[in-house]
Amino acid sequence: MRKSEVKMSVYSEKVMDHFRNPRNVGEIENPDGVGKAGNPVCGDIMELYIKVEDEKIVDAKFKTFGCGAAIATSSMVTEMVKGKTIEEALKITNKAVAEALDGLPPIKMHCSVLAEEALKSAIEDYYKKKEEVK
Amino acid sequence: MKYIYMDHAATTPTNPDVLKAMLPFFSEKYGNPSSLYSIGQESRTVIEEARGKVAKFIGAKHDEIVFTSGGTESNNFALMGVAWANQKKGNHIVTSSIEHHAIINPCKFLEKRGFKVTYLPVDKYGIVDPDDVKKAITDKTILISIMHANNEIGTIEPIAEIGKVAREKEIIFHTDAVQTVGHIPVNVDELNVDLLSLSAHKFYGPKGAGALYIRKGTKIVPYLYGGDQEKRRRASTENVPGIVGLGKAIELAMQDMEEECKRLASLRNMLIEKILSEVDEVILNGHPTQRLPNNANFSFKYIEGESLILSLDMEGIACSTGSACTSSSLEPSHVLRAIGLPHEIAHGSLRFTLGRSNNEEQIDYVVEKLKKIVNKFRSMSPLYEKK
Repeated sequence: MRKSEVKMSVYSEKVMDHFRNPRNVGEIENPDGVGKAGNPVCGDIMELYIKVEDEKIVDAKFKTFGCGAAIATSSMVTEMVKGKTIEEALKITNKAVAEALDGLPPIKMHCSVLAEEALKSAIEDYYKKKEEVK
Repeated sequence: MKYIYMDHAATTPTNPDVLKAMLPFFSEKYGNPSSLYSIGQESRTVIEEARGKVAKFIGAKHDEIVFTSGGTESNNFALMGVAWANQKKGNHIVTSSIEHHAIINPCKFLEKRGFKVTYLPVDKYGIVDPDDVKKAITDKTILISIMHANNEIGTIEPIAEIGKVAREKEIIFHTDAVQTVGHIPVNVDELNVDLLSLSAHKFYGPKGAGALYIRKGTKIVPYLYGGDQEKRRRASTENVPGIVGLGKAIELAMQDMEEECKRLASLRNMLIEKILSEVDEVILNGHPTQRLPNNANFSFKYIEGESLILSLDMEGIACSTGSACTSSSLEPSHVLRAIGLPHEIAHGSLRFTLGRSNNEEQIDYVVEKLKKIVNKFRSMSPLYEKK
C-alpha cells in the first residue's frame, strides 16, 4: 500500500495539513484567557490561550498532548477564533471545527469536542479575569 | 523515498521462496487432498511434508500438528476445545492479564457461558510468576493458558516452569507461541506444554495459515465441525497453498535462526542504547534481557503515540503504538496498563519490531528522525516543562 493511501483512509488532507504544520503553537505571554480541556486518561490534553482587545480575539495559541486529530482540531480552532468577537467565538461548535477540517473519523469526534471545551473554558477565564479587574 | 518497516510483530512480508513454493498449488496443482486421484494425492503429500516440518521445529510428533487458519483460530480452538471437552471436570481457566485479544476475548465469551477465568497479574517487566499460577489453581481448574512471549513488550514468559506446575497438578497447559515460533527455539517437551498456537505470517509465511500443536492424549473437542479433514480435529478443505507456505517458511526459519537471532538482538540493543542515551525521559517497556530478540518498546513521556506513528510514517518509517488513539476504546493497551504504566505514559508508547529487512543504517536513520519528532511534539505538549 502506498503511504498516501494509508493516510487518506484515516484522516482528511486538511487534518493532515494541520497536523503536519500546526498553526499557532505555543503560549501567549499575559494572556487574557486560558482554557484547559481533556485528561491524560483518554490521551488528550489541550491548553488554549487567547488575547482579547475590545471584545475581539486578536490572537490565539495552543499546546496539546494528543493524537493527530487532537493536534489538528487545536490548530483549526485557533485559526477560527482569530479576529472573531467573543460573542461570535462562543458560537463555534465542535461540529464546525470538524467540518472545517473536512471531517474526522467517528472515533475522533471527541477531539473536536475537546477543542470546543478548551475554547469555552478560555472565554470563561477571560470573563473571570475581567470581573477581577473591576 | 525508502520505506523502513519495523513492525514485524504485526506481520512480515512473505518470503519470495515461500511464495514460489505456494504458487503451483493455486493453479496447476489444485487438487483436493481428500480426493483419491493423483492431483488430490499430490496435495495430500505436500500437506504431510509441511506437517513434518512444523512438527520438527517444535519437537512434536507428526500427527500432533493440526493446521488452522492462523493464531486466532488456534487460540480459540485451544480454549473452546478444552473448555467444552472438560466442562464436567471443572469450569476454571487460568490465564494472564497480558494475553493477546485472541485469548482474552474467547475467555470473556467463556465467562458468559459459566466458566470462571483468573487473569493473573504480571510484574513491572510483564513476567507471570509461576507461583501465582500454582496458587490460582483450584480443583475446578481445567486449563492454563499463558503466552510464550508478549506481542507488545516482547517479554518471554517462564513457560517451562509454569508447565511444570501444570504437570504436577495434571492440568492441560496451552501457550500462544505466535511471537516465538520461527524466531527462537521452541520445544514442546522442554516447555512442558500440551497445546501450542503458531502463525505463519509472523515468520515470513503467508497470512491465513497456522497450526495448533495438540499433545497426544489431550482432551479437546474440535472448534470447526464438518468433514473428516485433519483426522476429524479440524474440518474444512485444507488451505493447501497456505500450508505449503507455512512449511516452507518454518523450514527457512530453521536454517539460520541462530545467526538471525543474534543479528536482530544486536540491532535491537543498538536501537535501545541509542534511544535511551540520546532521548530524555524515555522508558524501555518490558524485560531488559528476557525479551524477544527483535522487540524494543518505549514510552516517550509527555507525548502521544499516534502522533509519533503518523510523523514517522511521513519519514517512511513503520512501527506501532499501544496508545488508545489507535483503538476505538480510548483505553490504552491492557499490556502497558498491566505492567503498571500510568495512562499518559502508556499513551506515549512506541513498539519497534525488527526483521530481516532491517540494518544498522536504518537504526541510525530512525533514531535521528525520532529525536526530531519527539522534540517537536514535546515543544507542543502542555505536560512538558523544558529542563
